[in-house]
Amino acid sequence: MDFTLLLFFLLAATAVATALGLLLSRNAVYAALFLVLNFATVAVFYLLLGAPFVAMTQVTVYAGAIMVLFLFVIMLLGAEKLPKGEALPWQRPLAIGAAVILFAEAVYLLVQRVRLTAALPDPGTWENSMESLRQMAGMLFTDYLLPFEVTSLLLLVAMIGAIVLTKGERAVRS
Amino acid sequence: MTLANVIEWLVKGLVWVLILLGGFAYLTYYERRALARIQVRVGPNRAGPWGLLQPIADAIKLIFKEEFMPARADKLLFTLAPIITLTPALVITAVVPFGPESASFQLFGRTITWYIADLNVGVLYIMSIASIAVYGIVLAGWSSNNKYATLGGLRSTAQMLSYELALGLSFIAVIVLANSTRLLDIVEAQKGMWFAVLQPVGFVIFLIATLAEVNRAPFDMPEAEQELAAGYHSEYGGMKFALLFMAEYDKMIAICTIAASLFLGGYREPWFLRDTVLGVDQTPWLGPLYVFIKVFILLFGMIWVRATWPRIRYDRLMAFGWKILLPLSLALVFLTSIGMLLAEQVNPLYQWGIPLASLAAGFIAILGMYQTLRRKEYARA
Repeated sequence: MDFTLLLFFLLAATAVATALGLLLSRNAVYAALFLVLNFATVAVFYLLLGAPFVAMTQVTVYAGAIMVLFLFVIMLLGAEKLPKGEALPWQRPLAIGAAVILFAEAVYLLVQRVRLTAALPDPGTWENSMESLRQMAGMLFTDYLLPFEVTSLLLLVAMIGAIVLTKGERAVRS
Repeated sequence: MTLANVIEWLVKGLVWVLILLGGFAYLTYYERRALARIQVRVGPNRAGPWGLLQPIADAIKLIFKEEFMPARADKLLFTLAPIITLTPALVITAVVPFGPESASFQLFGRTITWYIADLNVGVLYIMSIASIAVYGIVLAGWSSNNKYATLGGLRSTAQMLSYELALGLSFIAVIVLANSTRLLDIVEAQKGMWFAVLQPVGFVIFLIATLAEVNRAPFDMPEAEQELAAGYHSEYGGMKFALLFMAEYDKMIAICTIAASLFLGGYREPWFLRDTVLGVDQTPWLGPLYVFIKVFILLFGMIWVRATWPRIRYDRLMAFGWKILLPLSLALVFLTSIGMLLAEQVNPLYQWGIPLASLAAGFIAILGMYQTLRRKEYARA
C-alpha cells in the first residue's frame, strides 16, 4: 500500500507538471507532447484504480491516435510558433473563473474524502481483468446502449462533416 | 510486489533487450546476405569467416562517426527522437511468452517463467505500444528542420495511422478465436490448430499492416530515396542514426515474434507433431526453439518481400489501406464471430467455415482491388 501511495504522489506530480508545461510552453509541438505525457500519466492512474482495459484504451486512442493527428496538423500547417498576445481577449477571465470553480470542487471533495473512498471499488480485483472486460462489454451493450449509440452517431456526423468540407473544396478548384 | 520480483523483471528485461540488440546486428547481416543471394551477388564476406564480423565492424564505424547537428534543428527533440523511436520496439514484446509454464525452471529458489510479464490485456498492450511508436519518426523528421525529413515524418504518421486500424481489427479476430486477450491463453488455444490456418486472410492482413507499421518495403514511403533523399533520417548520422536503424530492425524482430505468437502457435509445436516426442507437452524446452525457428522464417519472408516488390505509390498505398484492407478486416471480424458462435451453439465442425469464409472474403477483396486500384484507372487520372 505504501508503494502504491508513493507511486500515486509521483504520478500526481507528473500530471500537474505536464499540464503546466502544456499551458506555459510557447511552442505548439511541445504543448502537444506535454499533453501526450499527461495522457500517459492518466493511463497509469487507471491502472492503479484497477481498470487495465481503460488504461490501454486511453494510451491507444488518446495518446496514440488523437494526439498524433494533432501533431500532424500542427506540423503540416507550420503552426508550431504561437503568436504573441491574445487572440480571444475574453478567454483569460473565463478560464480563471472556471479554474476557481474547479479548485473549489476539488477542495470540497477532499474534505468529503472519507465518504468518497468508501464508495471506491477494491483495486485488488484488477488481476481478474478478462472478467471485468466481459462485464464492461456487457454493460456497454445493455445498460448504456443508448449513450453508446448516440456517441457513435455523433462521431459519424463529425466524419461526414469533414468529408463534405474537403469534397466541397475540391469541386471549387476544378 | 517484493524486491526479488523487481530484480527478476529487471534481469529478464535486460536479457531480452540484449538479445534484441544482438539480434539487430545479425539481422542486418542476415538481410544483406539474403538480399545478395536473391540478387545473385555475394554480400559481405570479408570480415571474419563468411563475413560474420561485419555487423561489429559496422557498429565500430558508426560509433566513431562525428555527431552532427543541423544548425537550426530543435536540439532537444532531435536528440530525444531516436530514443523515442527505439523504446517501443524494445518494450513491445514484454508480454510475449517464449515457452510453456511447464518449461519454467528453478533459479535461486525462484520459479523463472519464459515470459517477462503475464498481462491479462496483453493484446491491448501490444496495440497501445504500437500506437505510441508513431511519435519517434515524426519527431525525428520535424526536429531536423529539413523539408524532406519533415515530409518523411508526416508520411510515416499518415501511413501508420491508416494501417493501425486494419492491424487492430486483425487482432480482434484472434481475440475472438482464442476467447481471451492474454497471450499465454492465445498461444495455448492454438494447440489444436494454428490461427493462421483458421483465419488465413487475417494473417495476411496482419503481415501487410505490420510491414506498413515498421515502414518496410514495399511500404517504405517515409524514406523513399527518389522523392525524399533519405526521408526522416536525412539529417542523422553516427550513433543517432544507428539508433533509428536499430529501431527499424528491432521492430521487425518484435513484429515477427508477435506474429508467431498470435497466428503461428507461438511456442507450440506444429499441430501435426502434437502427440510425438517433438511436442511441447512432452519436451517443454523445445518451446523457445520453436519461437526462434518461426521468427527466423518470418524474417526471411520480410527480406524476400523487400527484394522482390517495388515500392507502392503513396496515393495507392492510402487507397489500399482504407478501401481494401479496412473493409476486409471488418468483414473478417464479422465472419469469425459468426463462425465461433455457430461452432459453440450448433456444431464444432462449423469452425471450419471460418477459413472458407475468410478465403472467400479475401477473393472478393482481390476482385475489388482489380476493379479500383488497377494501373489503368490511375493512369487516366
